[in-house]
Amino acid sequence: MDGFESRRPQRIPQRRPWSITQQQTARGPGDDPRIGVFICHCGHNIAGYLDVAALVASARSLPFVVLAQDSLFTCSDAGLNQIRTAIAEHGLNRVVVASCTPRTHEPLFQSACDEAGLNRYLFEFVNIRDQCSWVHMEDGERATRKARDLIRMGVARAALLQPLTETELAIQPAAAVIGGGMAGMTAAGSLARRGFSVTLIEREPALGGSVRHLDTLYPNRTSARKLVEAQVAAVRAEPQIEVLTSAEVTAVRGSIGHFELEVESRQYRMKLPVQAGVVVVATGAEEWKPAGMYGYGHNPAVITQQELEERLSTGDLPPDLRSVVMIQCVGARDAHHPYCGRTCCLVAMKNAMILKEGNPACQVHVLYRDIEVYGTHFEDYYAQARELGVVFTRYTPDRPPEVVGDQGRAGDKQTPVPPGRVLVYDELLGATLAIPYDLLVLSTPMVPRPGARELAQMLKVPVDEHGFFLEAHVKLRPLDFATDGIYLCGSAHWPAHLDEAIGQALGAAARAATVLSKEQIRSSGIVSRVEESLCRGCERCATACEYGAIEFVDVTRSVEFLHRPMARGLETVHVKVARVNPMLCKGCGACAVVCPTSAMVASHFTGEQVAAMIRAALQAPAAMGEDHGTL
Amino acid sequence: MNEVLVIGAGIAGIQAALDLAEQGLRVHLVERLPSIGGRMAQLDKTFPTNDCSTCILAPKMVDCSRHPNIVPHTYSEVEAVEGEAGQFDVRVRKRARYVDETRCTGCGECASKCPRKVPDAFNLGLSQRRAIYLYFPQAVPMVMTIDPEQCTYLQRGKCGLCAQVCEAGAIDFEQQDLLLDLCVDAIVVATGFDFYNPAPLTQYGYQRYPNVITALEYERLISASGPTGGHLLRPSDGQPAKKIGFIQCTGSRHVRHNRYCSTVCCVHAIKEATLAWEHDHDADSYVFYTDLRGSGKGFREYMDRAGRAYGVTYVHGRVAQIFELGPGSDSAGETHKPVIRYEDATTGRVAEMAVDLAVLATSLVPAHDAPLLAGILGIDMDEYGFVKTEPFSPADTSRPGIVACGCCLGPADIPQSVAQASAAAARAAEIAWELVRPRHREKG
Repeated sequence: MDGFESRRPQRIPQRRPWSITQQQTARGPGDDPRIGVFICHCGHNIAGYLDVAALVASARSLPFVVLAQDSLFTCSDAGLNQIRTAIAEHGLNRVVVASCTPRTHEPLFQSACDEAGLNRYLFEFVNIRDQCSWVHMEDGERATRKARDLIRMGVARAALLQPLTETELAIQPAAAVIGGGMAGMTAAGSLARRGFSVTLIEREPALGGSVRHLDTLYPNRTSARKLVEAQVAAVRAEPQIEVLTSAEVTAVRGSIGHFELEVESRQYRMKLPVQAGVVVVATGAEEWKPAGMYGYGHNPAVITQQELEERLSTGDLPPDLRSVVMIQCVGARDAHHPYCGRTCCLVAMKNAMILKEGNPACQVHVLYRDIEVYGTHFEDYYAQARELGVVFTRYTPDRPPEVVGDQGRAGDKQTPVPPGRVLVYDELLGATLAIPYDLLVLSTPMVPRPGARELAQMLKVPVDEHGFFLEAHVKLRPLDFATDGIYLCGSAHWPAHLDEAIGQALGAAARAATVLSKEQIRSSGIVSRVEESLCRGCERCATACEYGAIEFVDVTRSVEFLHRPMARGLETVHVKVARVNPMLCKGCGACAVVCPTSAMVASHFTGEQVAAMIRAALQAPAAMGEDHGTL
Repeated sequence: MNEVLVIGAGIAGIQAALDLAEQGLRVHLVERLPSIGGRMAQLDKTFPTNDCSTCILAPKMVDCSRHPNIVPHTYSEVEAVEGEAGQFDVRVRKRARYVDETRCTGCGECASKCPRKVPDAFNLGLSQRRAIYLYFPQAVPMVMTIDPEQCTYLQRGKCGLCAQVCEAGAIDFEQQDLLLDLCVDAIVVATGFDFYNPAPLTQYGYQRYPNVITALEYERLISASGPTGGHLLRPSDGQPAKKIGFIQCTGSRHVRHNRYCSTVCCVHAIKEATLAWEHDHDADSYVFYTDLRGSGKGFREYMDRAGRAYGVTYVHGRVAQIFELGPGSDSAGETHKPVIRYEDATTGRVAEMAVDLAVLATSLVPAHDAPLLAGILGIDMDEYGFVKTEPFSPADTSRPGIVACGCCLGPADIPQSVAQASAAAARAAEIAWELVRPRHREKG
């Protein structure tokens, strides 16, 4: 503020201006904190290790705490009622719950506060399960002390919590579906039938995804080509769906309600903007190529299941194959990929049966570790394969199959050579078998598509350690991302059978429709705020923000020049100040950390609130005569 | 407002109801039992994250009960369905609880005074409840129910202690079943599964040997809210179980029982074995398997970790027989020790192993009243008695307007059931939606 001072606000606070302003707005005179503390047993999860009664007693002695209670499951109907009732009966204006994790349970407790007429941001969560009973289960006494310290910190912060407001935003009733395979087409179709417009974005020139490369489909030998063609026709006939093929997403802006995707279309040779309220990720997966394993890559008689399938569909196989050996779990459940490929056993069975039916004289051996045919229909499929004469031989990873001799015949029909053999130890016979092969087919797992990580970065969603997209919760939110408004289905999530992928796609459409059906949504109240009078537009916050939530606007200010005798009086100046988009801001506080003038305030995690927690942490209750006890 | 009926309020029904309600449809959620929650409520933890089952389920149950678009009808059954997609007339019988739901606070004072003790169905008879009871501690709605078969007052006109102690005045011995007539656009079937009763597998001695239990019984034993408060104790003598054998494919993949694979049992057993280790690091578990199946996200790593670090040994081989050591044959003088006789497939030899507890991974089978419900709904079942769907339209049953999800379609794990539930919600919403808004035929 070189040489001038702003007129508004009249008094510029010298230190921690944010907390002063907030205190003025939130807590009027006589509105002292009245804190209720609720400590959860979580069944055995907490009470099995911590002394909950002692925690209740120590919470009761803390400043501003007017009530401390325990309950078996605070998240149950009874537990929530306990909170609601206590707010009313004891006039609580802050609530602290010490239980499990805010990740799953904070919204629930906040809603209970809301329902009792308390602003949801006057709620404080203390995690004494994950941070105490679970990690220190072998030392309950010290874990109890740590829980007591954490509760004391939570109470100290709660006393300074301020009510926050949430912003509302209109929802654009349109979806962008990324990936035009069976999953993407199914999701798009369902959303269109619900009346929402959909843009379906496919990287390849044609719709259909990996199913296009298949011959027939288990369990009923449906023609893959016919199924895909019917689905493509349905999508093309749907007026609500706009299809962009040869198109890739190159940038994503915005957030739930108003995403803007930049799509590079090779067809139109231009970048197209796609606007959508939600995004569905259906980018699929692809077969892993086992370079160098069992001679793959240099022995033409060694191919993958997908390559076999392509040859089956084009008829490009020698008619007189005498022996085909399939090896399962190639590059799966090993150092390459620790996971099971889920679909490969069924694929092998299907192709083995097609070979066997086409030429019953052909020996087909499947070498497996565990046959992964779960559920009601797949087990039957396994039985059918055995009835057809497909031979299944189990191997263990400590004695994997071995390929010896020369190559098989399939690659070179003109000059037959002695066939190669696969050696495998059969534990049932207790002997090593030498199986000659004309064709060796390797079953490899599906892996994420190239570009999945880049897409994840654009959407700001995570991938797992294998590169598959990571959902919000493995059990109960399999089709959602943690980021609102983005959904997931098909093999982009995890290798899936086609019927599973279709089910997930319908499911993702339903999840997306829960947003699109609403006219507007609300942001969180925990977003950064700018004290404009302190902002000097240095843009450091924008550099720090990972979510693109900060933009700069010109504002006019009336200023009074105090130090220039010649030009005394009010004058209007234009200044550049930061502004936060509450729909994009995740409340992480990175901006507040880098702001040199403390103009950026991380609501709900203000300096004063955090300092209070630190003070409470260092404040060992003298009456108890213990060491700090924090583990 | 358009309405949808969801039958069954386990995790699949709950998810379907929430997805429909969040799309602005009004949902009638019918559950046969006194509380929503289903099988998942009986589990202690869930694989592969070992999340506490109640902790992740309870919020969804509460969401369901609080949602302005969801009307839960607990302790109710569908009796008749007529009409077609877009207009199904449904009759629901809301059974008498003999407790006024609007007055009962679930305080449990009545149950503490009720003199009549009966086996607790939620704990599979491993503990006792009273004739007036809360189905389980986190029940939604938190309302007591009187078991009319067991209540002395309802049977013989004597007692009535519960009514005397109830301060809310909620006991109503005169309460009658209520018949509700609903009109809905679509129906979601989410009626779940039962576990196979392994008694016909006489070679395993279930119900003959006290320390041979089923996987679900084990789940209740190790659950904090279960009959032993989460301590893994042998039913015969209440001593801690240190060595546990898990017998896979009990009734599954079996030509004389259930031909199919029950999908979840391998990882389920491994989770139970992991929990034994969590409770007691000296516990050793042995999983006797046919194929060790687990291809869901993170499952194989979970199984490998259990084998590496959590005292779980995998034994490839089917168990032929379980018998008990005779008295005095054990040096420690222990009785009722199950001995597992199995063929070790890696050596080809028959071997025996004495354990403290033998846990049978019983098949997932269609719910016992599935044929009855299929008749009422007029939908086809598959050869095993699960609801039939076509492979590439996984939510649609044979009758238009009726969709299905979860284990009524066949064995499925929780993420599969949840995804299927959302899929069923999508199809049901499409049906309901087509009726309120004409399709846009013109582009733009």
